[in-house]
Amino acid sequence: MNTPLVSLTEAGKTYGQLAALSAMTMSLNEGEVLGLFGHNGAGKTTMMKLILGVISPSHGKVEVMGMAPDSKEAWHCRTKVGYLPENVSFYEQLTGLEVLTYFAKLKGFNKKQAVELLEQVGITHAMKRQVKTYSKGMRQRLGLAQAFIGEPKLLLLDEPTVGLDPIATGDFYKTVDQLKSNGSSVILCSHVLPGVEQHIDRAMILSSGKLLAMGTLGELRQQAALPVVIKPSGLNGAVANDIKLSSYLTTACQGTLMVPEDEKLSVLKQLLSLNELDDINVESANLEKVYQHFLTQHQSSELKKETARGQS
Amino acid sequence: MKQILTVANKEFHDGLRNRWLVSITLIFALLSIGLTYFGAAASGAVGVTSLSTTVASLASLAVFLIPLIALLLSYDSFVGEQESGTLLLLLTYPLSKSQLLIGKFIGQGSIIALATLLGFGASAVLLYVQLGDSEILWAFSLFIVSAILLGLSFTAISYLISLSVSEKSKAAGFALITWFLFALAFDLALLALLVGVEEGVSQQGLTQLMMLNPTDIFRLVNLAGLASSDVNGALSVAIKASLSQTQLFSALLAWVFLPLTLAIFIFKKKKL
Repeated sequence: MNTPLVSLTEAGKTYGQLAALSAMTMSLNEGEVLGLFGHNGAGKTTMMKLILGVISPSHGKVEVMGMAPDSKEAWHCRTKVGYLPENVSFYEQLTGLEVLTYFAKLKGFNKKQAVELLEQVGITHAMKRQVKTYSKGMRQRLGLAQAFIGEPKLLLLDEPTVGLDPIATGDFYKTVDQLKSNGSSVILCSHVLPGVEQHIDRAMILSSGKLLAMGTLGELRQQAALPVVIKPSGLNGAVANDIKLSSYLTTACQGTLMVPEDEKLSVLKQLLSLNELDDINVESANLEKVYQHFLTQHQSSELKKETARGQS
Repeated sequence: MKQILTVANKEFHDGLRNRWLVSITLIFALLSIGLTYFGAAASGAVGVTSLSTTVASLASLAVFLIPLIALLLSYDSFVGEQESGTLLLLLTYPLSKSQLLIGKFIGQGSIIALATLLGFGASAVLLYVQLGDSEILWAFSLFIVSAILLGLSFTAISYLISLSVSEKSKAAGFALITWFLFALAFDLALLALLVGVEEGVSQQGLTQLMMLNPTDIFRLVNLAGLASSDVNGALSVAIKASLSQTQLFSALLAWVFLPLTLAIFIFKKKKL
C-alpha cells in the first residue's frame, strides 16, 4: 500500500519548443480514483500517454507499478493496464464481438471473457452487429468494455462519459466504484462534469501543460477559498438592516449572501434565529466552481505576465 | 509469436471480409486464362499458344497489376488505424511495434500470396491439362513465386508510405506515385539512358541498375528463360548479360526484407 501505483517525479514532455507538459510531480495509490481536469490541450492526454508508456518523458521520471512504463521490463504490466482513448473509432466493418475478441486475445484472454465484458457494459444485444451501425453511446460502451479487459489494476479513461445517456453514466460510475473497491486505481480524465465529484478521491487541475492545483475536493475548496452561497427567503429587509449580515450581501444577486466557509455556521445560526425566515438554501462551491476559480486565476496571472513583458 | 498470429489472423480475415481475396483472385484468374487462350488472337488464332508467349504476356501484365494491388491493399494499414485512434490503443497493449508490423505483413501478405497462387495457378493447371507438358508447371511455379515476392515487396513498400505520412489521402497519393515510378517511369528512364547517352551503358551496368527496381527483377526472372523473340526493349539487352536465377531471387527477396526492416525502423521512431 505504501509504494504508489503510479508516480511522476518532475516528469514533463516537450515537443520541440512546445512544452506539452511541464515538470510535474504526483502519485496515485492503489484503490484511488483521480480526476484529471482541464480544457483541450491542457496536457491531460500527454500525461496519460506518459503513464501508458506510449511516449517517453523528455525529463524527469515516470514509474508505474515500480517500473518505467516505456521500458521492456514493464511489458507484462501492460496486461494490468486498461485505457480508453478519447476519440477512438473501432474497426467499423467488424462486429462488436469481433472487435472485443481481437483486443482480448492481444491481452491473452479469449472470446468467453469478451462476451462477459459486453454483458457487463450492456451491449450483448448488438454484439453480432457491425460497429458501423452502433450509436455514439454504444461505441463508448464498447470502448469501456475494451478498457475493462482482464480486470486491470490501473485504468486510464479519457472522457469516459461522453455520449452516454444518464442511465449509462450512472452505470459507468457504479462500475468505477466497484473497481475501486476491488483495489484498482482509476484516472478519470474529463472536462468538469456534474456528478463526477462523489466518485473521485482527488482532483488534479491542469491548464496549458501546467499543474494548477491538486488535492481532495475539500482541500481544493479551501485553497480556492470560495464562499458558500446562502439564499434565505422571507426576510423582508432584515438582512440589509443587520450590519453583520449585510456585509455578505452581493450586489449582483439580490438577497444572496456569500459567506466564507469558516463563517458559514455562525451566519446560518443567526439567520435561523430570525422568525421571518421561511426557507433557506445553502450551496457549497462545487467542483465546477473550484475548477473555474483556478482557471481564471491562472489566466489572469498569465495576462499580468504578458502585460508586464509587453511593458518592459 | 502469439501476438503476431493474432494480428495476422485479423488482417487476413479483413482481407476475406472486404472481398479482397476473391476479387484479386478473380482478376488474376480471368486475365491469365484469357491471355492463355486469346494471347495469340492478334496473329489470327484462338487457342492455347506457346508457353513462352503466354508467360511473357502474363509477366508484362502482372508487372503493372501486382504492385498496384499490393499498394491499394496496404497503403492505409497504419495511417488508417492512426486516424481512427486504434493504433495508439494497440500500442498500449502488450504488443510491440515490430510484432504489430510483422503481424500485419503476414496477414496481408497471405492475401496477396494466396490470390496469386489461386489466380495464376488456375491457368497453369488449364495449360497443363491442354498441353500435358511438364515444362509448363516449372515455368509457372517460377512465375508464381516471383509474382508473390513482387507482391510482398510492394506490401512492404506501402507500409513505408503508410508509416511516413499522417493522412490517409496523402498515403493514397504517394502510393500512386510510387506505382508510377516503379512500374512505368523507371523503365522509360532506363530506355532514355540507353538511347540518349552516347557512351552507352554497359550491359553489366544496365542489369545492375535494374536491381534498383523490383518490377524489373521480376521481369528478368520470367523473361530470362524465354526465347528472345518474345522479349523486346531494354530488357533483351539486360537478359543477355543475364544474372543467375538464384541471384535474381535473392535480389527480389532483398526487396521484400529491406523495406520491411526500414518500415520497422521508421515505426519505432514514429511519434504518436
